[in-house]
Amino acid sequence: MKGRGKIWAWFFIILGILYFFLPLIATFLFSLRAKLGVLSFQAYANVFNDPKFIRSFTASLLWATLTILVGIMLFVPTAYWVRLKVPKARTAVEFITLIPFVVPAIVYVFGLVRTYSQPPLLIVDSPVLLIAAYTILSMPYMYRAVDIGLRSIDVRTLTEAAQSLGAGWGTILFRVIIPNIRVSILNGAFLSFAIVMGEYILAQYLVKPAFAPYMAGLMQNKAYEPAALAVISFALTWACMGIIQVVGRGQQGQIAGGH
Amino acid sequence: MTVLDAVKRDALTARPAPSKRSWAWLGVMPFFLFTFLFLLYPASTIVIRSFQNSTTGAFTLQNILTLFKNPYILGAYKISIQISLITSVGGAIFGFLLAYAAIRGGLPVFMRVSLLTFCGVASNFAGVPLAFAFIALLSPTGMLIGWMRAFGYNPYFHGFTLYTFWGLSLVYMYFQFPLMVLIIAPAIDGMRREWLEASQNLGATTAQYWRHVAFPILLPSLLGTTILLFGNAFGAFATAQALTGGQINLVTIVIGSQLRGDVLGDQGLGYALALGMVVVMALAIAGYTLLQRRTERWLR
Repeated sequence: MKGRGKIWAWFFIILGILYFFLPLIATFLFSLRAKLGVLSFQAYANVFNDPKFIRSFTASLLWATLTILVGIMLFVPTAYWVRLKVPKARTAVEFITLIPFVVPAIVYVFGLVRTYSQPPLLIVDSPVLLIAAYTILSMPYMYRAVDIGLRSIDVRTLTEAAQSLGAGWGTILFRVIIPNIRVSILNGAFLSFAIVMGEYILAQYLVKPAFAPYMAGLMQNKAYEPAALAVISFALTWACMGIIQVVGRGQQGQIAGGH
Repeated sequence: MTVLDAVKRDALTARPAPSKRSWAWLGVMPFFLFTFLFLLYPASTIVIRSFQNSTTGAFTLQNILTLFKNPYILGAYKISIQISLITSVGGAIFGFLLAYAAIRGGLPVFMRVSLLTFCGVASNFAGVPLAFAFIALLSPTGMLIGWMRAFGYNPYFHGFTLYTFWGLSLVYMYFQFPLMVLIIAPAIDGMRREWLEASQNLGATTAQYWRHVAFPILLPSLLGTTILLFGNAFGAFATAQALTGGQINLVTIVIGSQLRGDVLGDQGLGYALALGMVVVMALAIAGYTLLQRRTERWLR
């Protein structure tokens, strides 16, 4: 009985492993074939020497950093304040943070472009709109991460203790609350980072340089370089998730909707 | 105009709230303002414009009605629903078997940990790089096709192509089943040994245990997650766009082309199409939430 159970278990696990790794192995091997007849890292060298790669990659890095900063500035005080002062707003706030799950990215960008490309609201070309959109896209993860962090500390006691020592709201937030939930914030930050670095739709339709649209463009006319980029992209996702695992130890992070 | 009227009426009837409360509410105003500007307002634009004549601005149901008449759009919904159905059911079955194998299959413990980690990564590995990974594997010159050709079998001579429905379904499975594993793992963890032992003590066979105990308890969770996977596939865009170059007629692809240029030749219809998408997603998420709650009763 037990032995039979093990065999079917191994069967599905091996099937899963094959399905999971074969595409990655194929991509990696393909990326090594840029030079005829020998395996080489030529495709990677080509990618790193392409000024457009540097430009789109640093652009994505910049978008990700700004998104994380805006997210922290917006969601930490909000989640803190909701817990401390306005628990009545909780349902409304949580409902709003989950809306991005219901509105697929392509529909969201459709609404954004149509709304903000007509005068009086002509900001469709501004990077501000892109950052705001990324912040919205990562909101379900960032807000939830922060909220979980706040749940694990005694917000009220910490606040009152800080207040009785004469701290103002800024001091309380930046020197008491944020340091106490830094693990959760980091968790949300890396999830946001992974989302923004891999995000294709917003950057494509708001016409901003970014990593994923660059890669999609390269797929049209190159063979080996996109393979190298796919490997880099996978390594990046892997690194983000790995860091979350290490930092959050067990808190499961997952993204949906970047597809 | 009715919205404006309502705002005016509210402004007239509004009374200053007790001062303490109004200050507290100010603290969450940045959040509401931000989400209003960049989420609620653009989203509500889609809803409002769906019910407006795109030239006159008058209220109309025409856009919604046309959705159900336009063969191009009906075709897009059909393909989107088919691919979501197949990959959600397929992903749910395979994901469940995989999770159950890793958790209860008597495998080494590290299997479970690595499976969950891999699934965390794989469910995030989507879009352009995923499309490319499958091109490297299953395109006519891909690695696996090369191996199969070496054995004298070329699937491309037998009706297989990566760039159409079944190929895309296979690619979608890559982010579908890991999501299933991640969501269903806690439910499998929650299945108590006592249930199996109690059933066995009462003389139940393994089949009877599954038929009468385990399956009914897991059913809401399985159904709920399947619905969530359905929504996950239904809203997917980048993977299909990158893989097929927009050649496959999915709802998301049509919305994408409508955004690039008015391919439907009707702005209002484009909004209605986007609204239809949101309605399907909302139903999926609501179904998931409801069913998930029912399972949690058992798995405390």
